[in-house]
Amino acid sequence: MCGTCGCGSENNGPKILKPGEHKHVHGDHHHHQEGHAHSHATHHHHDGHVHTHDHSHDHKSKVLIIEQDILQNNQVLAARNRGYFEAKNIFALNLVSSPGSGKTTVLERTLTDLKDQIPFYVIEGDQQTMNDANKIDALNVPVIQINTGKGCHLESDMVFEAVKKLEMQNNAILMIENVGNLVCPSMFDLGESKRVVIISTTEGEDKPIKYPDMFHTSDICIINKIDLLPYVNVNVQKLKDYALKVNPKLQFFEVSATTGEGMQAWYDWLKIPS
Amino acid sequence: MHELSIALGIVKIAEDETAKAKAKKVTKIELQVGVLSGIEIDSLNFVWESAVKSTVLENAEKVIDIIEGKGKCVDCDTEFEMENIYDCCPNCGSNFKGILKGKELSVKALEVI
Ligand SMILES: Nc1nc2c(ncn2[C@@H]2O[C@H](COP(=O)(O)OP(=O)(O)O)[C@@H](O)[C@H]2O)c(=O)[nH]1
Ligand SMILES: [Mg+2]
Ligand SMILES: [Zn+2]
Repeated sequence: MCGTCGCGSENNGPKILKPGEHKHVHGDHHHHQEGHAHSHATHHHHDGHVHTHDHSHDHKSKVLIIEQDILQNNQVLAARNRGYFEAKNIFALNLVSSPGSGKTTVLERTLTDLKDQIPFYVIEGDQQTMNDANKIDALNVPVIQINTGKGCHLESDMVFEAVKKLEMQNNAILMIENVGNLVCPSMFDLGESKRVVIISTTEGEDKPIKYPDMFHTSDICIINKIDLLPYVNVNVQKLKDYALKVNPKLQFFEVSATTGEGMQAWYDWLKIPS
Repeated sequence: MHELSIALGIVKIAEDETAKAKAKKVTKIELQVGVLSGIEIDSLNFVWESAVKSTVLENAEKVIDIIEGKGKCVDCDTEFEMENIYDCCPNCGSNFKGILKGKELSVKALEVI
């Protein structure tokens, strides 16, 4: 779906690509521009009062009581993804964090160390570029890049399309790197088995209560960049306490994706998911 | 800004329901938004106009019913008002709670012609 106008066009909507695949940009999607032209030409009241000239003769208004969950569409497709993963015994992880916390680096390290033992697949979400997918591709792990354009999070329909392209074998791990953003992805279930939030030691210990929804909806919290602890003024215990206040069930791994410190415990968890 | 996705989700529901009812357009839409839903009302209002442009919702009156948050302590059964998802039990201080109310995010009703 088009992220700007919801029209289903490819032009501003998510692009789902394998490394090496070409982007198709359709040139004949112009109604955005038309829409803007209209908006300049007509004056709209902010909360949209009904214009009397819109009344037609014998049409009476009626009230439809619908009580429909707005996220239902996303949830339906997430459930479909989840069923597919369960049937194929695929352990799917949704990796979320602020930009730069180290999602891609954790992923690269994990794949390098474990790809000979476990079959992996990766879906990369970014607003722009194939950069992260190209890094994964360099490790010879099958990967699909989703470029969300203006969208600030992945949604289950994008993952559904990417999964179709991946053609996964059974008994594997699927890593989904979400768009770097600690707010928006929290509301959108992708059908993952577990949600993993990554926070780095340079981010400040009160981040879990500043962005509580993400920590509330995650199962695992990776505290990354512990190699920088001697240089930053952060109290890891305090960070954990804040995170546990938001979500008392959260399980932690303290790692450095660059030095490899602490990664073994994370690998052990990946191999025997609880 | 996920509020745009939410607004587009609302538009889709309104388009579908209006078509089902064989109506032409929506004159009024009633939404329910819980304070713990993760949606900022200001942000939703900010993206609203561009999201509803050229849809059945264009010019519709928007009414938002804000639902207060309410939790129940798992340890001592106290029910309490919640403003944030991390609020702890005011009676025993426990962080373990069930959320009873406040996660709502739905289209409650549409008035169509
Ligand atoms: N010192 C240190 N730097 C790291 C670590 N992990 C990632 N980085 C660096 O942090 C930056 C952002 O990492 P990246 O994996 O691209 O973050 P992403 O945006 O979450 O995918 C890069 O320059 C990484 O080299 C770590 O454990 N220690
Ligand atoms: Mg990345
Ligand atoms: Zn209590």
